[in-house]
Amino acid sequence: MANKISDETMEYVGILAKLRLSDEEKENAKSDMEKMLDYIDTLNELDTTGVEPMSHVFPVNNVFREDIVENGDGSEDTLANAPLKKEQGFKVPKTIG
Amino acid sequence: MAKQYETVIGLEVHVELATKTKIFCSCSTSFGGAPNTHTCPVCTGMPGSLPVLNKQVVEYAIAIGLAANCEITRMCKFDRKNYFYPDNPQNYQISQLYLPIARNGYVEIETGDTKKKVRIHEMHMEEDAGKLVHDEWDDTSIVDYNRSGVPLVEIVSEPDMRSADEVLAYLEKLRLIIQYLGASDCKLQEGSMRADVNLSVREMGSGKLGTRTEMKNLNSFKAIARAIEGERQRQIELLEEGRAVVQETRRWDDNKEYSYAMRSKEDAQDYRYFPEPDLVPIVIDEAWIEKIKMMQPELRDEKLARYKKEYDIPEYDARIITESKRMADIFEKAAAICNNPKKVSNWLMVETLRLLKESGMEPEGIRFSPENLAKLVKLTDSGDINSSVAKQVFVKMFEENIDPESYVKEHGLSTVSDEGELLAVLEQVIADNPQAAADYKNGKEKALGALVGQTMKAMRGKADPGQVNRRLKELLG
Repeated sequence: MANKISDETMEYVGILAKLRLSDEEKENAKSDMEKMLDYIDTLNELDTTGVEPMSHVFPVNNVFREDIVENGDGSEDTLANAPLKKEQGFKVPKTIG
Repeated sequence: MAKQYETVIGLEVHVELATKTKIFCSCSTSFGGAPNTHTCPVCTGMPGSLPVLNKQVVEYAIAIGLAANCEITRMCKFDRKNYFYPDNPQNYQISQLYLPIARNGYVEIETGDTKKKVRIHEMHMEEDAGKLVHDEWDDTSIVDYNRSGVPLVEIVSEPDMRSADEVLAYLEKLRLIIQYLGASDCKLQEGSMRADVNLSVREMGSGKLGTRTEMKNLNSFKAIARAIEGERQRQIELLEEGRAVVQETRRWDDNKEYSYAMRSKEDAQDYRYFPEPDLVPIVIDEAWIEKIKMMQPELRDEKLARYKKEYDIPEYDARIITESKRMADIFEKAAAICNNPKKVSNWLMVETLRLLKESGMEPEGIRFSPENLAKLVKLTDSGDINSSVAKQVFVKMFEENIDPESYVKEHGLSTVSDEGELLAVLEQVIADNPQAAADYKNGKEKALGALVGQTMKAMRGKADPGQVNRRLKELLG
């Protein structure tokens, strides 16, 4: 395997993804991620000089909506699966940013 | 000698666009609805939902780009910016990183007598996040997604500003351009315009940029000015002590007049941007740009220059009037109808500004129509009503946009020019106040004032005081 994921990287990814992993889970995730990186390395073997990066498969442009309100009160559906609710809002642990 | 420092500032300005619907769904953008009522599967990030771009967002963004002298990107795309936060239900924000809609522009600002260009690095379209309301009582936050998906344009300047004055002039310039375009109401206090300040200091004459910090949570012009001064001082103190400025995001606390570190570069987020696969590219051709150019209204600077030529009003007045599109529109229309720009300008500069200030309103909220203001000017020009009645009618007009002509008629406020009626009242007043009449006849000039006052009262203010004065003198002479 060409790429090695260090313990520090694993720690950092955990912070970014807000995941708390056990040592065993970390090892598993590490090997999964290394496999992904290997796959990227395989892709990197291709010479892509002069090839435009592709973000869409279909040659379709300019799909727009007109600026007209069509949706009504969606609060019931939106809140249907909320684990905790308060005053018609989702209740979450205190977050300040 | 103490070292001289220069402050280098760049701004990221977010503007909420004035569309009726959100950027990727048909939910309303109107402000103040009950929590989560303006939501749907798209703006709450439900699996399987698909965003569709609001055309008006692109048109506003192009209009702002053109007004700020930018190059419009002929083929632009959206990207996903990944981060985890409760106000962001998709766990990514749809934004533009690689191909933003506009680039390489500038606006010209004026501070004192100096003019200067502030370059615009780029401008991109993105969606706003939801709102968190903190509940101090049970230590939780409540999330409302009504704002999630409201369209924003982010305008990123180059680090071209050197003082708080320049920053304020730049923001004011952007506000005027965008308000004139009708693309946003740009209210700092209400959050429809938000500015993040990137600031660094360096020794005067140094060509190298210092380490910068980014400051957030600035929601008034005054807070921005104070935050810039505070941060400048903080960085200079660090450098003077031989310490380094850390690149970080800081949150300004305007009450304490100090900024606090929110996150440093070490734990800076890695947003893992990648192209948004759910939205197809936007191709903007020459014809589309031309169409938007054609629809572009006259902007503030052009208007100001034209006012100087066309109207005989002081430059100061012209500046104040053109500081609000609504006010300028009223001025031009009313002046055209009554053909008396000077009087129209006076009503705006004196009574309108006074009443706006008293009621804590912005000029954009003016309710009276130019037609009604023109009618009021005509009524005073023709002498149909005197100036105190006019002021009274104006207050009513300011509050309820009443038609001054019919209001004056209904309330019988027009100046009585009917000599017969006036004469009858004058004779009655003299008869009722023999002492004052006698005093005047005996040379007490002051006594006439009392009689004029009584007459005006009897006529309920509808007489022309000059005329009353003359007539009384004749009768008593």
